[in-house]
Amino acid sequence: MAEFFTALGAQAFLRQALLAGLLASLGCGLIGPFVVVKRIAFLAGGIAHSVLGGMGAALYFGFDPLLGALIAAVVSALLIGWVRLTWRTREDTAIGALWAIGMAVGILFISRTPGYTTDLMSFLFGNILLVPTRELWFMAALDLLLLVVVGLGYRHFIAVTFDEEFARLRGLPVAVLYLLLLVLVALTVVLMIQVVGLILVIALLTLPAAVAGQWTHSITAMMVTATLLGAGLTSAGLALSYTPDLPPGPTIILLAGALYLVSALVAVALRRRRMVSAGGGAKTQT
Amino acid sequence: MNDAAATSTPAAIEVAGLCFAYGEVPVLEDVHLTVAPGEFLGVVGPNAGGKSTLLKLILGLQKPSAGRIRVFGEPPRRARKRSGYVPQYPGFPRDFPISVEDVVLMGRFGLGWRLGPWTRADRRAAAAALREVEALDLRERQIGTLSGGQLQRVLLARALVGEPRLLILDEPTANIDQRLEGEIFELLAQLNRRLTIVVVSHDIAFISAYVSRVACLNRTLVCHTTDSIDGQTIQDLYGEHVRHIHHAHDQSEPLATAAAGGQQHGHG
Repeated sequence: MAEFFTALGAQAFLRQALLAGLLASLGCGLIGPFVVVKRIAFLAGGIAHSVLGGMGAALYFGFDPLLGALIAAVVSALLIGWVRLTWRTREDTAIGALWAIGMAVGILFISRTPGYTTDLMSFLFGNILLVPTRELWFMAALDLLLLVVVGLGYRHFIAVTFDEEFARLRGLPVAVLYLLLLVLVALTVVLMIQVVGLILVIALLTLPAAVAGQWTHSITAMMVTATLLGAGLTSAGLALSYTPDLPPGPTIILLAGALYLVSALVAVALRRRRMVSAGGGAKTQT
Repeated sequence: MNDAAATSTPAAIEVAGLCFAYGEVPVLEDVHLTVAPGEFLGVVGPNAGGKSTLLKLILGLQKPSAGRIRVFGEPPRRARKRSGYVPQYPGFPRDFPISVEDVVLMGRFGLGWRLGPWTRADRRAAAAALREVEALDLRERQIGTLSGGQLQRVLLARALVGEPRLLILDEPTANIDQRLEGEIFELLAQLNRRLTIVVVSHDIAFISAYVSRVACLNRTLVCHTTDSIDGQTIQDLYGEHVRHIHHAHDQSEPLATAAAGGQQHGHG
């Protein structure tokens, strides 16, 4: 650990990595709670994996893979959203198809692009140690966009997440808000791919928010807690992985998983104790 | 808002020749119904008789396959912001991390488009609505910790906080005990002084003490005013409602405000 802190002072790339983790945490804190309470983690996973298609195509045709990722994420978010709004029951099939097709397209394009095959690993598992300054700015810009949109519209997003039918009755444009929320999820996915890669994105999107959800009683409190947890987890993961030279992405995810497990166990134990002391749990009606 | 239900205004609800089917299955056929401003209408009928569907059509959540609906003279979708709706099954998961106050505030959407947080006026209105349903003490509670009766009051407050002229309730007392049922209906009777109310209920004997008119719905509609049938008739209807509605359907004269159509078909 001490070695990490000395290296942090000396190595610019470590400071950049730390910053990338913090920037990604804001996204996971702002959007993660919606993904958790709306139960659309699978949908977010589909968006994340379809991003490989966009990245592969971008590499093949010689433009910025980040731009390809962004376009692929937004397009697949809108596609899944449209499927859900039109044929409610087909949603999970559509997500599964998009998930696999996106990856297949990406792998085909990458295999046809000479010299880029090594990058496949960093797309899949991320490489927080190699985030260039330009991408840090890009991440900061995405964060700012998320902050502004969520800050202005969080009441509306909570309304749509909480009770769609009632929101519709009160005249809210439910379909537009739902699609916008999915686009925000897509942006967050692209934001976090820089840090943990597209395969591990769902964990970083859901685990801090899920842990936060066990200890807070509002979406807003969930957002703040999940952001702080995300910041702690990415920083700690980076520090832990440094000395033994482990890949930081999976280290961060394992830490998040362990935290989730411990938090869930403690929450259950506390609830049980409260039930016993309340005399057979008369007040814990579900 | 309170004097909105003046006599010169159009009918609160006007339904004519309404038909609706879920795919091939007909749910409503040729329903005619007029609800005057200030009325307190109870809708009763057998399960799957189309009661909830009728409410959803009036709210514009479903589209009729034929017929016309007007709410305060406007199509349902345009008028829905002036309606407060209390659903039979709340459309949210009970473990959602949200306080009672924030749930009630959801009813403030539709009163003007604004971004950012709720205003103090919104919060005052939420507190007033909670006080009106005698649930102000629940304000800080999590929605998942409420009992059935408490939740029902909160949902009523959520419907009231949007300043509706029409209140639509679907089985508001289905999941609560008899004593609380009385309290809820006392509350509705009070609200009826300023609001038009339509309430679906399985308990005709109970609601007849409060409502100004009962409508029996089983795919099509027969209306009774409460004073045209005595308690015994209501008891009979309630006891073996499907058959008795059929008799009432054949014998009763259609009332001025509601005509029973569809003599050609029986009941499912």
